[in-house]
Amino acid sequence: MTPSIIGPASYKLFGFFPTWILAFVLPVIGIGLFTYIMARRIAPLIRANPDNRFDQIGLRVKNLIIVWLGQVRQPRYMLAGVLHILIFAGFLILSIRSTSLVIIGFSDGFVLPGFGGVLGDVYNFIKDYAATFVLIACIIAAVRRGIFKPKRYAVPEKYGKDHTAEAVFVLGVISTLMISESLFEASELAYEAANGAAEHFLAPLSLVWIFKKLLSAAPLNVLQGLHIFTYFVHDLAFFFFLNFLPMGKHFHVITSIFNVFFMRVKKGNIKPVKYGISDEQLDDLETFGVKKLEDFTWKHMLDFYSCADCGRCSDQCPANAVGRPLSPRFITIKARDLIFKNYPMSGKIFKSKLLVEDIYTEDEIWSCTTCGACEEECPLGIEYIDKIVDLRRGMVDEGLVPQTLQKPLKALEKRGNPYGKMEKKRAEWAESKEFQEICQVKDLSEDGEADTLYFVDSITSYDDNMQDIARRTAVILDKAGVDFGILGKLEKDSGNEVLRFGEEMLYQDLKSQNTEAILETGVKQIVTADPHAFNALKNDYKGLPPVKHISQVVAEKIESGALSLKSCQTADKVYVYHDPCYLGRHNGVYEAPRKAMDAINGLTRVELEKSRDRSFCCGGGGLMLFYEPEEETRMGVLRVNMAAEAGANVIVTACPFCLVNIQDAIKVAGKEGEMEALDFTALIEQHLE
Amino acid sequence: MEILVCVKRVPDTAENEFELNSAGNDLDRDDLVYSVNEWDNYAVEEAIQIVDKIGGNVTVVTVGDDESEEVLRREMAMGANNGILLTDDAFEGSDGKGIATILKAEVEKGKYDLIMTGAQADEGAGQVGGMLAAMLDLPYASLVNKIEPGEGKIKVGREIEGGNQEMNEIELPCVVSIQTGINEPRYVGIRGIRKVASVEIPEKGASDLGVDASAVGEAGAKTKRVDYFVPDLGDGAEMLEGSTDEIITALIEKLKAKGGL
Repeated sequence: MTPSIIGPASYKLFGFFPTWILAFVLPVIGIGLFTYIMARRIAPLIRANPDNRFDQIGLRVKNLIIVWLGQVRQPRYMLAGVLHILIFAGFLILSIRSTSLVIIGFSDGFVLPGFGGVLGDVYNFIKDYAATFVLIACIIAAVRRGIFKPKRYAVPEKYGKDHTAEAVFVLGVISTLMISESLFEASELAYEAANGAAEHFLAPLSLVWIFKKLLSAAPLNVLQGLHIFTYFVHDLAFFFFLNFLPMGKHFHVITSIFNVFFMRVKKGNIKPVKYGISDEQLDDLETFGVKKLEDFTWKHMLDFYSCADCGRCSDQCPANAVGRPLSPRFITIKARDLIFKNYPMSGKIFKSKLLVEDIYTEDEIWSCTTCGACEEECPLGIEYIDKIVDLRRGMVDEGLVPQTLQKPLKALEKRGNPYGKMEKKRAEWAESKEFQEICQVKDLSEDGEADTLYFVDSITSYDDNMQDIARRTAVILDKAGVDFGILGKLEKDSGNEVLRFGEEMLYQDLKSQNTEAILETGVKQIVTADPHAFNALKNDYKGLPPVKHISQVVAEKIESGALSLKSCQTADKVYVYHDPCYLGRHNGVYEAPRKAMDAINGLTRVELEKSRDRSFCCGGGGLMLFYEPEEETRMGVLRVNMAAEAGANVIVTACPFCLVNIQDAIKVAGKEGEMEALDFTALIEQHLE
Repeated sequence: MEILVCVKRVPDTAENEFELNSAGNDLDRDDLVYSVNEWDNYAVEEAIQIVDKIGGNVTVVTVGDDESEEVLRREMAMGANNGILLTDDAFEGSDGKGIATILKAEVEKGKYDLIMTGAQADEGAGQVGGMLAAMLDLPYASLVNKIEPGEGKIKVGREIEGGNQEMNEIELPCVVSIQTGINEPRYVGIRGIRKVASVEIPEKGASDLGVDASAVGEAGAKTKRVDYFVPDLGDGAEMLEGSTDEIITALIEKLKAKGGL
């Protein structure tokens, strides 16, 4: 029998010290320390607010398979995404090898149950390539981060220090694991080969294969030493890495599986003020929203732990793009830094101060348009809108509301619309003689019944320029044979932004008035041309008939033949459709408006690069129109430029707020005459047969 | 510091469309919404900030009917400690001097270091602060846009025409009238108001205050409103009509025609 290499379980250092003792003590210390660290890290989650994340298990398992295991959001950033998928898959594959390696240290030739036969050979073949790909991915990633430095990783001065060193260091640790694991195996195989043992089949060009070739001429004692040395390098690196993970952005290696499992499964809605507290019990709550660190829910705390600092949220954030003082990435990073500071690894836990004075600023929290681009992008399922709303609830409760927003909020309280206009004038758009000759709109608050309620909402009811949307919607519904009416003076603002700006009790008030008025009419469905109203009625209100956006009705009626459209009246124009956040991202209505536009024969339509779930917010709706942010440019201006780049000269929107913002932006961008903004209802009405 | 802030309930200019009543002597008040006078709101915020800094109590007081309680609650939701409603049929129709007389009686019931009013009210004449100070024989600072509290005296600032700032020292107790912009009043939502919904607000009438009913109200008013109207368009004034766009186009043309653009 050929002599074989001595493994760490039998080796004696300097001829007398059994290395198995080291191999046994290292994991004991490593796992003990890890348990302690995790206990300290879990402490803030236990003190946090409740969160209801154990429902919808089916959807959660689906997210786990698609978002976590399938890494489906990663390739949205192609290079970084593919590198991550390689490293992630490598980690999953090598976790088995690493576990058995730890045990080999004190049990010679240990093989995990089931890995003895063919499965073991197949696994070894795969894991050799896995280690190789992980190493290559790490090198590319390190070069990319350390030398090319993509802009989205930069840390602006006001947000703290650069994170490149940590990132490159961790890539170094991972590389060390890959190299030491491969050398450990290669040294054994080279030793056996030198002693004339039968050749193993090795994955060609894998790390082990390369290292074995390189070591083929090495003396036996060097191979023996290397074998033991690389074993302990791997063991040390492994347990160091395990305990280093919870100290920073690589915590996601541990938390991601939980974070994705517990991520948001419903879209468009806002979390209740406190889980387990019904709307009727809200008055009994001592405090509202997030004021201190522990007011966040445990899932939101887990979000802070899970952030990998990849910067995709901020890269997509329109507020960040226009230079508002908001970068979602740092909403998370600042909170994580505070958790680490307030919950140190040993000693006393510190009390949190008011967050909007300590780590956040009021303007930062008001800057968010709740467009949802950040959440759509996050590969880890981290949430922002609910956190922003919770922070705003806290600010509203403390009276910290800018004067520009106090006025419309007070008007909403007194008159049910942010402009302070009279209730009795809400239906005035339908009352002119000229319009009544074309179309009669039933006011269900006065008399009459209808199948369908057209919910107009405030801006379309009162804004001179937007009232056209109401009139056109009425004409389209009429033409399509829909029996509809409006709520007239009984309609209040839908409160989509009232809720999202943190004025919960005012929203509750508007919601119950609208709900009562709507149910009173006995309608079977609701239609609206305002995506913000659409979202609130569909996702925030309870117990209403089904809600549709006018674009869905138009698409359906075209399909059924109830509506037919003429050929394009302006065939020389190039149209582009801008997805409103509250129609697209929050409610998944992407196709209906496009289908309707494409039903116009001869209409030329191009797509924006940022479209569908990557649509770029126009500047925000509802109360956001009243807020005066600090910013370098307007979101709408960037959007208009994007449309111009796409070669379009007509931007079609399906939201009154988008229309306002884009109309203004065209003027600000100096593109009057070149570009125009057109509401979806205008395009359809122009082409009605 | 014990601070009394005098507040008034007024029709909200931002949320109403004003029309004359059929008699032509007042607004048509049927469909109006009311709120606290904007200047008074700044005064209450300033009082709360002073008390937050150096301790004490803020009391808000108003002369009005039952419905005026709503504005007291709103100010208490902001953080005022106490509210007092001065109400009596005899107070109805008071002129500025009548209101000052009623407030003077209440001020004398307490022991206040600082009495604040708004510089003026939305539909008022800016009389009460000065009259109240004179009746109480207290020093008075008007149009105050800055307050620095001190021992036995305070420093008050006032903006002078042209944007200059003046600072005056004034001995306590005193009366000051507060200008808007002195601070950023905090937001009060429905939740805040509900929290103070059950707090008792004492009501006081003429006899409680020891005010001679004939010296206040319509009976005591030496100034009387005789007319209320929308002025006729004068020469050179022209109302542009049409949609917003049409108005803008017409305005630009007019400016161009006169060489303004």
